[in-house]
Amino acid sequence: MNRTKGDEEEYWNSSKFKAFTFDDEDDELSQLKESKRAVNSLRDFVDDDDDDDDLERVSWSGEPVGSISWSIKETASNSGSNHECEQLKNRNSFSSYAQLPKPASTYSLSSLFRGRTRPGSFQSLSDALSDTPAKSYAPELGRPKGEYRDYSNDWSPRDTVRRLRKGKVCSLERFRSLQDKLQLLEEAVSMHDGNVITAVLIFLKRTLSKEILFRELEVRQVALRHLIHFLKEIGDQKLLLDLFRFLDRTEELALTHYREHLNIQDPEKRKEFLKTCIGLPFSAEDSAHIQDHYTLLERQIIIEANDRHLESAGQTEIFRKHPRKASILNMPLVTTLFYSCFYHYTEAEGTFSSPVNLKKTFKIPEKQYVLTALAARAKLRAWHDVDALFTTKNWLGYTKKRAPIGFHRVVEILHKNSAPVQILQEYVNLVEDVDTKLNLATKFKCHDVVIDTCRDLKDRQQLLVYRSKVDKGSAEEEKIDAILNSSQIRWKN
Amino acid sequence: MAAHLSYGRVNLNVLREAVRRELREFLDKCAGSKAIVWDEYLTGPFGLIAQYSLLKEHEVEKMFTLKGSRLPAADVKNIIFVVRPRLELMDIIAENVLSEDRRGPARDFHILFVPRRSLLCEQRLKDLGVLGSFIHREEYSLDLIPFDGDLLSMESEGAFKECYLESDQTSLYHAAKGLMTLQALYGTIPQIFGKGECARQVANMMIRMKREFTGSQNSIFPVFDNLLLLDRNVDLLTPLATQLTYEGLIDEIYGIQNSYVKLPPEKFAPKKQGDGGKDLPTEAKKLQLNSAEELYAEIRDKNFNAVGSVLSKKAKVISAAFEERHHAKTVGEIKQFVSQLPHMQAARGSLANHTSIAELIKDVTTSEDFFDKLTVEQEFMSGIDTDKVNSYIEDCIAQKHPLIKVLRLVCLQSVCNSGLKQKVLDYYKREILQTYGYEHILTLYNLEKAGLLKPQTGGRNTYPTVRKTLRLWMDDVNEQNPTDISYVYSGYAPLSVRLAQLLSRPGWRSIEEVLRILPGPHFEERQPLPTGLQKKRQPGENRVTLIFFLGGVTFAEIAALRFLSQLEDGGTEYVIATTKLINGASWIESLMEKPF
Repeated sequence: MNRTKGDEEEYWNSSKFKAFTFDDEDDELSQLKESKRAVNSLRDFVDDDDDDDDLERVSWSGEPVGSISWSIKETASNSGSNHECEQLKNRNSFSSYAQLPKPASTYSLSSLFRGRTRPGSFQSLSDALSDTPAKSYAPELGRPKGEYRDYSNDWSPRDTVRRLRKGKVCSLERFRSLQDKLQLLEEAVSMHDGNVITAVLIFLKRTLSKEILFRELEVRQVALRHLIHFLKEIGDQKLLLDLFRFLDRTEELALTHYREHLNIQDPEKRKEFLKTCIGLPFSAEDSAHIQDHYTLLERQIIIEANDRHLESAGQTEIFRKHPRKASILNMPLVTTLFYSCFYHYTEAEGTFSSPVNLKKTFKIPEKQYVLTALAARAKLRAWHDVDALFTTKNWLGYTKKRAPIGFHRVVEILHKNSAPVQILQEYVNLVEDVDTKLNLATKFKCHDVVIDTCRDLKDRQQLLVYRSKVDKGSAEEEKIDAILNSSQIRWKN
Repeated sequence: MAAHLSYGRVNLNVLREAVRRELREFLDKCAGSKAIVWDEYLTGPFGLIAQYSLLKEHEVEKMFTLKGSRLPAADVKNIIFVVRPRLELMDIIAENVLSEDRRGPARDFHILFVPRRSLLCEQRLKDLGVLGSFIHREEYSLDLIPFDGDLLSMESEGAFKECYLESDQTSLYHAAKGLMTLQALYGTIPQIFGKGECARQVANMMIRMKREFTGSQNSIFPVFDNLLLLDRNVDLLTPLATQLTYEGLIDEIYGIQNSYVKLPPEKFAPKKQGDGGKDLPTEAKKLQLNSAEELYAEIRDKNFNAVGSVLSKKAKVISAAFEERHHAKTVGEIKQFVSQLPHMQAARGSLANHTSIAELIKDVTTSEDFFDKLTVEQEFMSGIDTDKVNSYIEDCIAQKHPLIKVLRLVCLQSVCNSGLKQKVLDYYKREILQTYGYEHILTLYNLEKAGLLKPQTGGRNTYPTVRKTLRLWMDDVNEQNPTDISYVYSGYAPLSVRLAQLLSRPGWRSIEEVLRILPGPHFEERQPLPTGLQKKRQPGENRVTLIFFLGGVTFAEIAALRFLSQLEDGGTEYVIATTKLINGASWIESLMEKPF
């Protein structure tokens, strides 16, 4: 089994494309077609109406009649009033399986939750946990605490934790000493029940000072991880940051702080927030990215204000011809570069919105730059710019075409932007590898390139094959015939 | 309704019945007419265990999905909220309850937490001033939901992230609870094997829970011979690769949710003459996929390249069966033909559907890009060029292919190289952040923390050793008539399933070296049985292994295990359980950071 790398390569090269090929493609496709045909021919014979099957009934959408999600729609729609029906329509669009993996509600619930800071939010835990039957548990909070009192006050931490785990309620208030509290925590951890661990942590969080809580949790890793998860869940960003600071988990501290920016919608505020992230203890590479993130948004705000103004003034041709589809705010760097190549291509390097300036500021690699500029200029059908992008002059003044991304890629991008054949042809011709060139030329119907290449290769057979593919009586056919009849060429086949 | 659950070696209908009973008992506690308000996420999993008819028998008259503001009008005595224990859902419930109080006759509110009550949530309800409004606050332990005759899932989306990123054990606790329920129904499992940190913890919890139950001796004859607990992070590679079985590809391309798939409707439009292509349905076609459908059971686990021939054979058989009508001469013969019609029509419908699905999939698998992607994946998995920047991945980024696709490939490369060289990693990171946005720093950090995308440390790539010892890459694959599990990925044998296979024969002692390379401890525990319950296996009788994937399992892995179950001299049949059915895309997505 000790294959050397060389062996493997040899193996691979010989069988690279065998592993999952469809080389019997036609065969299999025809098999599918065959079964399709058979199925279709049967339709005429058997009743077409699926719903009349003796089998399980399904609605068109495939929802089995009687399933829960089907019934939600059905039973709800009996509700009567028009108002309700309207509500239902809205609901129906939600009540299908496809959306299920995501939390269902349309508005961001957790943001609601987060938005309200409620000091002492968990102060009344013991009330929630008090041992009274739920029925008599009145909503008015003013009732004397004594009424909820737990009669059995002498449960050990162990018993208490067990009761909590069984979903029974009991008071934690009695555990006053640090030792008791920690024992409670240890019991909960040893039960592995996250629910109970969290309940105890809430109690500790409320009754212990931050310093003691952190210190004790540092040596109790399982409980510590639950606390971190819990703080993330309730969005107690401040305590979370304090905790990371205490634990000296600096990178997490930085990332947790940075994460906050996702919740800030206002661009100006977001920018200011990102500024506070610069200099936080990220890893070396991430630090640079964070700095770039800030600089990018700063630029985008300037560009956006400027361009919105230009667009609404209606004086600038490019914005009139190609109205902006969306704001540039918060778009990735490459998208921003594309935007600037599209709307601000000719601007001098000094302006914030010029592509060259972006390229310099963010050290965008040449390859990335050329690709993006090409896509943008091709989209505008600015073929002259495309040409200039690949033209270099040497010191003698001769011009030469050069593409850091390879001309095959140039051709693909031009084709995607439906460049005319003459343009395509020019770049297909610049592809160095002959096979690639021939493939691309055939794919994009650059007849001249195909014909000339075949001639240069002295490949008569391939030329004959190609002749059968071009239109009868076309200029291409004539050209091929002329070459085939030429006595100058010594064909290799 | 759920006959397919009892086809397997272990009758999972017993479990289904048990959870249905529990549901009925809860409904009967709330006397009188009822309306259920559903956490929408739960309707899918619940659909697998109960139909509306069952609820209706217990006076459920209306059902709604949980939404903000007011509840829709319903003339019922009880309102039952069925929800996951999530804080954000508590806010909606409170809103519902508060706006309800102000009008109409008073009604009884109840809340059913699935699968577990949460003190945190109840505290939240209390803060919002509504806790006292609920008469019954209970939990419904729907931990493991039967999906098929040999498949159980907890459908817990966040399980992987919780276990391997947050190190929160809650979902492990639920897994252990689910295993205890299974043992209560199917007997104590005498032997437990495991590999990985989470596996170790689940085993510990099970042993502890068993000790606490000492009062009641389990007197059920054990159905399972052993349990294998596997951490997903022992095998991070498999879900990243594109699944190539029929069911796996359906999931990769369209996503299977709770055994349902939604497909573009065009291919399923009824073809009537003179239709002129009008009235094409715009709503997605929804199909249920499980072994209750004979044809699907036959083809789901095949390599996609072997599906076409089966479909065409089926077509011939069905055509021939319909042709029979010409030969039916006597009244008796005609009657017999007619009596078979419903079955034949069902077979015809099933064939039509799967032919259409196969065509849809084929459109994808024959595309140039799919081929290129697969080539790169297979290069990585067979250990070629994993240590330098890959030009296909570069192209994908340059053309802004979906981020998840890019991340999946980069992670695959990293896993197949035991981490990337720092320079390569930095290059990918930079390209990704510049093209898709800097905020993805957070996602990249998560991937790194989960071990999916990391710098190579220690300078040694251990993947080749693992690959060779476990024979993860097979040179000759027979996709039509497979002889090895590697057919599910057309060459790559899923690591997780190889571990299961080697455990059953010849045992893990033979691969100690590799087990040490893979993360987490490996262990064996025994749960002693009273002598009366000890099994005497008949010669030739297969063992039954319950294999539990902590953190998710893919359909291709399930297919590979079914392949092993069906081997004549395999000796082991598998029942599969997991925290969530996943594929590479849904898995990576669960690790991505989104705004709160």
